[in-house]
Amino acid sequence: MRRLLYFLPLVLFAGIAVYFYLGLHRDPRAVPSALIDKPVPDFALAPLAGRANGRETAGLATADLRRGEVTLVNVFASWCAPCRIEHPQIKHLAEVLKVRVDAINYKDKPEAALDWLVRLGDPYGRIGADPDGRAAIEWGVYGVPETYVVDRQGVIRYRHVGPVMPHDVEQVILPLLRRLGR
Amino acid sequence: MRVVVLAALILLQVAPFMPAGAVNPDEMLADPVQEARARELSKDLRCLVCQNQSIDDSNASLARDLRVVVRERIKAGDSDSQVMRYVRDRYGDFVLLKPPVQPSTYALWFGPLLFAILGMIGVTLFMRRRPASLAPPALSEAERRRVELLLAEVKDGDGRLTP
Repeated sequence: MRRLLYFLPLVLFAGIAVYFYLGLHRDPRAVPSALIDKPVPDFALAPLAGRANGRETAGLATADLRRGEVTLVNVFASWCAPCRIEHPQIKHLAEVLKVRVDAINYKDKPEAALDWLVRLGDPYGRIGADPDGRAAIEWGVYGVPETYVVDRQGVIRYRHVGPVMPHDVEQVILPLLRRLGR
Repeated sequence: MRVVVLAALILLQVAPFMPAGAVNPDEMLADPVQEARARELSKDLRCLVCQNQSIDDSNASLARDLRVVVRERIKAGDSDSQVMRYVRDRYGDFVLLKPPVQPSTYALWFGPLLFAILGMIGVTLFMRRRPASLAPPALSEAERRRVELLLAEVKDGDGRLTP
């Protein structure tokens, strides 16, 4: 019995080593959102000026996300390269899978954003323009792109930091949307 | 006069190395007391872009935005803790450079103390189990006689030991 006690430090060391080793593979940039399971914050954004007709031309505000529909809120900017990378996935979600995707256009020039949408495609429902990034602070956004999943009651259920890649859609977002009953 | 000039010269040399933060003049509050509070609070808020800098140190645009928010809240009459709560509600505990004492951080705050106590218990047990005295055992009768003989030889002779 006493012999076994001598192995205790080794066991402790092994435990800590495994813990730290696993920690090495976690992304330190992916900060958990403080808003998970909290209602969408108070914000109201004007529409993106000059967006083409035939689309929803209203801006985006808190009430728009409490209409009983599961919604993705994508924070994007035309100057953001990873946004370009995730755009096909966002389009796929909106156009093929028919998920409602609204957007916050973060610190962008309206002309640049419009040009970007014309060239890469505009899958969004509502787009709110956030030229000074103030509304994004309400959401706890710390970089673009970020994508939030809002449930039917207007509660934030998930935040994705960085570009949404195909495996994120398959492994995380779609299962979550299914659970939220969409 | 000379002292003033000297002091000014020294300050001129040192000024570039004094921590000035990243605060731009246009962000500053007119009231120096409020501005000082904003500076102190900013030092405890993490810039989420650069992560190991405070928003007071960082040049990232988000840090600037948050500095402005902190000043906005102070101007609106918030207390220091209300300002911190405002930022924390949006960005979570991670935004605080000094982690709060709460159940999820007990291991962080009290872990070292726990290990120190465990160490002390270990040392105490070890000390207790050691034999009480480390004094060498007493000489046997034969040994004692031999020592006496040797000492006597040293005293009698020229100091050299000869059998």
